[in-house]
Amino acid sequence: MTDQVSNTSNKEKEAYKRQKSKEEMQKQLISFSLMIGFTLIAFAIVATDSVEKIYIIPILFLMAIVQAGFQFYYFMHLKDKGHEMPAVLIFGGVWAAFLTLAGLIVITWW
Amino acid sequence: MSQEHSELFPDVLPAEPEKVTLEGQNKFFGLWFFLGGETVLFASLFGTYLALKNSTAGGPSSDELFGLGLVFLMTMLLLVSSLTSVYAMYHMRNGDYKKMVLWLAITGLLGIGFLGAEIYEFAHYIIEYDFNFRSSAFGSGFFALVGFHGGHVLFGICWLTTLLIRNAKRGLNLYNAPKFNTFSLYWHFIDVVWVFIFTVVYLMGKVG
Repeated sequence: MTDQVSNTSNKEKEAYKRQKSKEEMQKQLISFSLMIGFTLIAFAIVATDSVEKIYIIPILFLMAIVQAGFQFYYFMHLKDKGHEMPAVLIFGGVWAAFLTLAGLIVITWW
Repeated sequence: MSQEHSELFPDVLPAEPEKVTLEGQNKFFGLWFFLGGETVLFASLFGTYLALKNSTAGGPSSDELFGLGLVFLMTMLLLVSSLTSVYAMYHMRNGDYKKMVLWLAITGLLGIGFLGAEIYEFAHYIIEYDFNFRSSAFGSGFFALVGFHGGHVLFGICWLTTLLIRNAKRGLNLYNAPKFNTFSLYWHFIDVVWVFIFTVVYLMGKVG
């Protein structure tokens, strides 16, 4: 009897787990299609030369940041619980990266 | 087999088999720590490239050199390989070892495709344009940045191959699940870096 009970609860747990990962997979597929979309737009803008030059670089850069966000938050699960420390580590890295880039770009601006 | 050892091989794997053991948690934390450092490393290579980009020493400029077709192909290969490794982790969490291995193998093949295209690209620049690491400051910046990323892809492929061979007969358990998950996180990071390379180096290089 107890065996049966634990068996059904195990099955339920397994079904719940599969349902959860299925939902997660759908979100990841949506992220993937958005990333493909952004990539296509980025290449199209440059290949067709359809946007004014001063706007192109900010647009491209913004799309790259959004794509990186999808990778980090959905593909690498940064949005999930228990990812506080990874977020601190990555954003610490991004902060240092920002300073490095700013320094190197500013000294060669003119 | 000791009690401690058998705990690594449960009949039903938990929802997140990669984070159950202390070893798994440490691997997870350690890899993110490493990725934080990698971010800074690649930022300095990007900064160097941007600073030296216009110092062509009379050689070809980025606009004359780069073609978008091959870069687009490489971008798609790496982006799709990111999705296939998501599929692999999906099957890992469902405890399906064979499907996980299949998707990881596809990921590896896409990575090899990417690397092949990059080698072709580099050879093309060196032979046709006489554009190499030593030809100009632009060349040094370009090959250091893009080559270092390519080196990361190569390392990832070697890592994955080793994992798949070593665990070929073990099946999925709490001992090796963290190993596969760690590789998958690394692989996604390589794709993040590539997103910035194709944007900053190739697309912005075309714009001028």
